[in-house]
Amino acid sequence: MDDTNVIELEGLTRHFGERTVLREVSLRLARGQTLAVLGRNGAGKSTLLRILATLLRPHAGTVRLFGEPLPREGWKVRGRVGLLGHEPLLYRDLTGRENLVYHARLHRVQPERVQEVLLAVGMQERADDPVRALSRGMVQRLTVARAVLHRPELLLLDEPRSNLDPAAEELVEPLIGRASGVTRVLTSHDPSAALAEAALVLGLSGGRAVYVGPPAGLDEATLGSLYR
Amino acid sequence: MTTHVRHLLGLTIATAVTVTAALVLVFFYAPLDANQGFVQKIFYIHVPLAIVSLVGYCLGGVFGIGYLRTGKRVWDMRSYCAIHMSLIFSVGGIIAGSIWAKASWGHWWLWSEPTLVSYLIVILLFCTYQPLRFSIEDPERQARYAAVFAVVAGAFVPINFIVVRLSVAYVHPRILNLQGGALPGSMKLTFYLSLLGVALLFATLMKYEMASKEMRIETRRLRRALLGEDAVRPLGRTASPS
Amino acid sequence: MRTAATILRKDLRVELRTLETVPSMWLLAITTFVIFHFGLGRDTLRGQLAAGVLTVTLLFAGMLAINRLFVAEREQGGFDAFLLAPVDRTAMFFAKTGALFLFLVATEVVALPAFALLLAPPSLGSSLPAVLLFLALADLGVAVIGTFVSAIAVHTRARDLIGPILGLPLLLPALIATARGLAPLLVPGAGGSPPAKWLAVLALYDLVNALLAVGLFDFLLEE
Repeated sequence: MDDTNVIELEGLTRHFGERTVLREVSLRLARGQTLAVLGRNGAGKSTLLRILATLLRPHAGTVRLFGEPLPREGWKVRGRVGLLGHEPLLYRDLTGRENLVYHARLHRVQPERVQEVLLAVGMQERADDPVRALSRGMVQRLTVARAVLHRPELLLLDEPRSNLDPAAEELVEPLIGRASGVTRVLTSHDPSAALAEAALVLGLSGGRAVYVGPPAGLDEATLGSLYR
Repeated sequence: MTTHVRHLLGLTIATAVTVTAALVLVFFYAPLDANQGFVQKIFYIHVPLAIVSLVGYCLGGVFGIGYLRTGKRVWDMRSYCAIHMSLIFSVGGIIAGSIWAKASWGHWWLWSEPTLVSYLIVILLFCTYQPLRFSIEDPERQARYAAVFAVVAGAFVPINFIVVRLSVAYVHPRILNLQGGALPGSMKLTFYLSLLGVALLFATLMKYEMASKEMRIETRRLRRALLGEDAVRPLGRTASPS
Repeated sequence: MRTAATILRKDLRVELRTLETVPSMWLLAITTFVIFHFGLGRDTLRGQLAAGVLTVTLLFAGMLAINRLFVAEREQGGFDAFLLAPVDRTAMFFAKTGALFLFLVATEVVALPAFALLLAPPSLGSSLPAVLLFLALADLGVAVIGTFVSAIAVHTRARDLIGPILGLPLLLPALIATARGLAPLLVPGAGGSPPAKWLAVLALYDLVNALLAVGLFDFLLEE
């Protein structure tokens, strides 16, 4: 077992009823690297992320995170993964701080860490407002804080920069950007930005891996076919 | 024929023979009840229907455990078909039982008869099985939740009978007590053959239902493989395993 | 257990802030007493009738809480957040059962005096401890089964329908035991000792269902 690989997929397949959402996806991602997952809506990007987050189980093939096979050893890797998906996973009637304290307790993280991440995303002033009173951009910043609260070793980022203005993007860059040094899986509707950050690209089309390789090897035709 | 359904022909023949023999005994051999007359013979139908359907409900729970342990779809299919058939059998059983009660006790419905009351409660509970499945779209979640429900509801069957029986201060005298030996030998023979016939009928119908459902799934799978994913229209919402 | 406490505290905080569930249960309970007054045409109830009205009212009020118990987890991503954390999944069951139990107790704090004031026969003082014991056991049963049913119903499309039609038959044995057990306590001058048979049935029913629910709850959380 190669210890430096954070993600190892071998023939990963996942169905939804009769439909096959992911078909025999195989790849390896080394520690500290970034994987960009490209594809249209419904290509299987979010499903892949949810499998890596241990929220969905694979139907066939093997998935290893940090060398541990999923779903059997899922409990070992839970807590080492941070998910930033479409849903903020925050309670609307609680304040930002209360939400983060709740997550900190679930993850057995020191309460001081909450203040730290609130500062990092620039939300310390609005931290005591209920989440439902915040703008989408602020909620997204809180979501970033929530995702990195427990210092995950693998970040799963589903369009992390949606709803963020440029200033906020700059703010969260050290937390979830390349500068964080954390192994990342990134999806984006905007391929050029994702390609610039990635060491490895997975092109998904109809659940199939159309392309697995470095960004440089991805030619215009293949890239075009991913979004056609 | 699909892999999980075997011996269908043999089972069908055995069922046909047993049910016919049981009916012959019911009509021509079993003695006519002195007080109640011919209507009393419903007893040979409704009691086996009730017993078999209750066993079927519990079996549904056992199959549910099988699904939760293995995650194999065939267990979900078994659980679904067992409960589905039990539901049909028990509705038949309670209607036939009600007719018998009218003939035997003079009432269509008796709250003082705990067997009747707890049977109704069990039916009410299992009537929610189909709506529950139908309102869960993800087929995998549907199967899992249905299995969990089947286990809890299966365990509910005996508990419910005990509690309802306790609640009735005065238990109706059993006119026909199977254990008490009050039943003459000819009635006993007829009854047990009827029970066997209904049990075989249950097994056969359940297997036919499984075979038909598995065949449909297999056909769709082959069509998709041959004609491509898009050639087969997706199934609409369904309560049955898919 | 620490995780369960964390979730329970979160639930109580949300309830205190939004006051969504318990006040509705109070209103429903009191309105139901008024309905029974007119429906039955009685000013005071005693014995089995009193026990039945009280039990049914509390059960229906409990249904409100059962329907709402997991809605925030489902709609605001609480399930995912919980599943992402390295914690024992049964903690969710204990937390929600605890929350539901506390909601039911909070309902009874208002509903029981209201019942005594509006419908109960005078001089029930001596049997009050026995009544409370019964209600506590009944609440436990409703909390266990309610949590279980709610966790199933919340993932269905018609969750407001599935909850009650699934929950009511499953709760019937508990309802029978409570209504039958309370009946001899709700007559004037009743002795203080509760009917042991029904206490035992209720306790046993609670226990069996709790074991089943603990064993099966993980399957309801998994995606």
